[in-house]
Amino acid sequence: MARSASSRRKLGMTLFAWAIGILIFFPVLWTVLTSFKTEAEAIASPPSFLLFDWTLENYVEVQERSNYFRHFWNSVVISLGSTVLGLVIAIPAAWSMAFVPAKRTKDVLMWMLSTKMLPPVGVLIPIYLIFRNLGLLDTVGGLVIVLMLINLPIIIWMLFTYFREIPGEILEAARMDGAGLKAEIIHVLTPMAVPGIASTMLLNIILAWNEAFWTLNLTAAKAAPLTAFIASYSSPEGLFYAKLSAASTMAIAPILILGWFSQKQLVRGLTFGAVK
Amino acid sequence: MSYPAWLVGAASVLALTTAANAETITIATVNNGDMIRMQKLADAFTKDHPDIELEWVTLEENTLRQRVTQDIATNGGQFDVMTIGNYEVPLWAKQDWLLPLEGMPERYDADDILPAIAGGLSVDDTLYAAPFYGESAMLMYRTDLAEKAGVTIPDQPTWADIKAAAEAMTDKDNEIYGICLRGKAGWGENMAFITAMSNSYGARWFDMDWKPQFESEEWKATLTDYLDMMNNYGPPGASSNGFNENLALFQQGKCGMWIDATVAASFVTDPDDSTVADKVGFAQFPNKEGVDNHGNWLWSWNLAIPKSTNSPDAAKAFVAWATSKGYTDLVAEQEGWAAAPPGTRTSLYENPEYQKAAPFAEMTLNSINAVDTKKPSVQEIPYTGAQFVAIPEFQGIGTAVGQMFSAALAGQMSADQALQNAQNVTNREMMKAGYPK
Amino acid sequence: MATAHSRSAARLMISPAVLLLLGWMAIPLSMTIYFSFQRYNLLMPGTNEFIGFLNYRFFLTDPAFFAALINTLVLVGGVLVITIVGGVLLALLLDQPMWGQGIVRILVIAPFFVMPTVSALVWKNMFMNPVNGLFANIAKGLGLQPFDFLGQAPLASIILIVAWQWLPFATLILLTALQSLDSEQLEAAEMDGASPVRRFFHIMLPHLARAITVVVLIQTIFLLSVFAEILVTTNGGPGYATTNITYLVYAQSLLQFDVGGGSAGGVVAVILANIVAIFLMRMIGKNLDV
Repeated sequence: MARSASSRRKLGMTLFAWAIGILIFFPVLWTVLTSFKTEAEAIASPPSFLLFDWTLENYVEVQERSNYFRHFWNSVVISLGSTVLGLVIAIPAAWSMAFVPAKRTKDVLMWMLSTKMLPPVGVLIPIYLIFRNLGLLDTVGGLVIVLMLINLPIIIWMLFTYFREIPGEILEAARMDGAGLKAEIIHVLTPMAVPGIASTMLLNIILAWNEAFWTLNLTAAKAAPLTAFIASYSSPEGLFYAKLSAASTMAIAPILILGWFSQKQLVRGLTFGAVK
Repeated sequence: MSYPAWLVGAASVLALTTAANAETITIATVNNGDMIRMQKLADAFTKDHPDIELEWVTLEENTLRQRVTQDIATNGGQFDVMTIGNYEVPLWAKQDWLLPLEGMPERYDADDILPAIAGGLSVDDTLYAAPFYGESAMLMYRTDLAEKAGVTIPDQPTWADIKAAAEAMTDKDNEIYGICLRGKAGWGENMAFITAMSNSYGARWFDMDWKPQFESEEWKATLTDYLDMMNNYGPPGASSNGFNENLALFQQGKCGMWIDATVAASFVTDPDDSTVADKVGFAQFPNKEGVDNHGNWLWSWNLAIPKSTNSPDAAKAFVAWATSKGYTDLVAEQEGWAAAPPGTRTSLYENPEYQKAAPFAEMTLNSINAVDTKKPSVQEIPYTGAQFVAIPEFQGIGTAVGQMFSAALAGQMSADQALQNAQNVTNREMMKAGYPK
Repeated sequence: MATAHSRSAARLMISPAVLLLLGWMAIPLSMTIYFSFQRYNLLMPGTNEFIGFLNYRFFLTDPAFFAALINTLVLVGGVLVITIVGGVLLALLLDQPMWGQGIVRILVIAPFFVMPTVSALVWKNMFMNPVNGLFANIAKGLGLQPFDFLGQAPLASIILIVAWQWLPFATLILLTALQSLDSEQLEAAEMDGASPVRRFFHIMLPHLARAITVVVLIQTIFLLSVFAEILVTTNGGPGYATTNITYLVYAQSLLQFDVGGGSAGGVVAVILANIVAIFLMRMIGKNLDV
């Protein structure tokens, strides 16, 4: 009796949760479905859900108009590059803040976060002038640097909160054994920190992939990532829902798939010190 | 297997030189149908110029304008060819930002360009940009709906005719809206239309002391009639509709009339995209009875070469190709005459094949020729222009005023309030810019 | 535990990050401050001159400024409320026993991976469009008048779009926190006959306080500079209905090309952001013992 009540409850929960999940996911699903319709079907009223003539013509047309693979490759290089560079700079900083806290550590951390509150539009013209003078406009390298800098505070904070969870006694023990600073980092800390670093890395890749202000304003053709690719579909002449959907699907699919496959790793470190 | 170092070195030098030989030019353009077609046909250009590689940056109009202006004003040098409007060309030419288009190939035949268009792109008789397509504005209407509603639309309608026809055609139960007009805020969006409409009502932006004139009776009549028509006979969500949104609505058969750029004619009569292709009639931009002014709308999208380019010759070769008669022939051959970029060349309008394929050709040409950019208003004015005022500050002012009128259309404020706010905003901006100059 | 040696090593390790961020903040910011005292319009080169506080006077007396200030607060506050309430409820739901929990979680976090530009374009055109959008189609199917979301309720529509994007983030953090709750404590409360509502307010919510603080902090940082969603959907209008501070600065410096005025707006925005930052830091300091 009690068992059937609890399994009935489980069934109810399952149905309810699935309904909510599908509701939240629906805009993405609808976009993907629309990308396989013709323009006329895309605006048909009442809309058809699955029973339409599936077509790939939108994808063909989008690829004819813009070089998807170059934009895709630029997005990969920029988001990976800025993440790796950011980690190289952030790991030592977070380490030292977590294990050798000084009086001002908290202030430094908060100041770092506050740099993220500057509205980017306010400094676009200065940055544009600096980039022009350094020859960094429309270069992948320039974007790697900028995206690394705008996400650095978040990376440092996330790593810091993660590192702090690592018990100090382990370090003490390692020091007793005569391990130097280097050995301490390589052999003791790194293995414990890997899940946190992986999670930070994933979050940063997602943020960098989706960044649409600097990537659009500092590039022209050569270094333009997928955010610039999507900008050319924002309101073309006439009917465009199906083409827009195809372009959107192409822009979000890689990161969506990456996110789904790595969601366990992503979630594990995504606590920002919220869990004690 | 290992290669001697000198061989590797030589190979890489060779690779470098071929890369240097192939000159790359970056073209910034707007995501309009005609430009997208140009991009598709550009293989014909690269076949003739194997040493030139083309890179495309295709953006939505506002983003494009921001990107190219920012780049040219800071001498950024990211683009070799820019797609800009006839609003920008003279302003930028005066700043010495553009290369004059001198020494174009002889077969280019610059004298063939429509005088009204060429005039807007020249400073001291030197051409600074080559027109890709040009437009005025006109009325497009559904002949079948007009017949059903029992109205006839004259070739030169007045606003009273339009209002009566809109009322007769509207059938909201079947999602037929009598009139579709631009409502999305922006100096190139709703203000292009409303400024042209105000011209045809006899209004002006500024008096001879550069004092804004939104408190005038003419402006009041313009905005009241605009709101009245749109609220009663317009589609829902009109305050976010620009050219593209209205085009989609018209193509789907939801608009009885649409007053907008002449370039739309080839899209609404294209049976591939339009469900109403064979039911469209054309008439001149309306005027108010007693006012001899049909809006004075003149726009062209042009290709210009910034001074900051590193490849002026390659850029010039491309501009000459894309705006040539040969390009028009290429489009005609591939997609039919009706798709030819309109509104730039006299020869196109003299071509019998084009006249046959494009029922809108005559009305387009008449509308363009009727424009007087030296005197867009019937009253005395200190500025030139058309559906815009040709001063650098206009982009900011036009967009701010456009927001007010868009808010009025969304029902957030009354016509009087919107005009009052427009007057205040414009006053502020003109004061800040230091007018009267 | 920290020796002098390790302390100087620590300083060495933190300095690249600090120096980089200092440069990233100070160099453009000082240029912005300099420009803010100049008459500097990109379209009129050669007319630059020092004009004192004129740009600030114009920016602060702009009727759009007050509207933008309010809109910014409503936008940030609205999204925070929706994502936190929604996030807590979703976290509670996902914590229940069910079949296919992993898949539901995948569905729920999907919006977080979608580019803001894409989500704004999709919402605007395919859902909220009053003629061809899906909502309009549903309304017509039910015999109702379609609602013009971006015309009649522009700010609420943008809040909805932004909240949809950030809901997964809040849910994930809150879910992790919820799962770390000691189940014995809950069982003990259940034994004592505490109702589910009581258990939620007396045990779960206090436990989630830290996580909620974190969500507020991180999201506020990103929400203060919401931009792409506004640019794509409403361009700040109609009127000033959806103009936030970031968009106002954009309109000044990149639509009017008034770099001087835009820079003054940028400096004002920095000051306002710092005020918000101080508030947040206080709150965090109390709640997070960083």
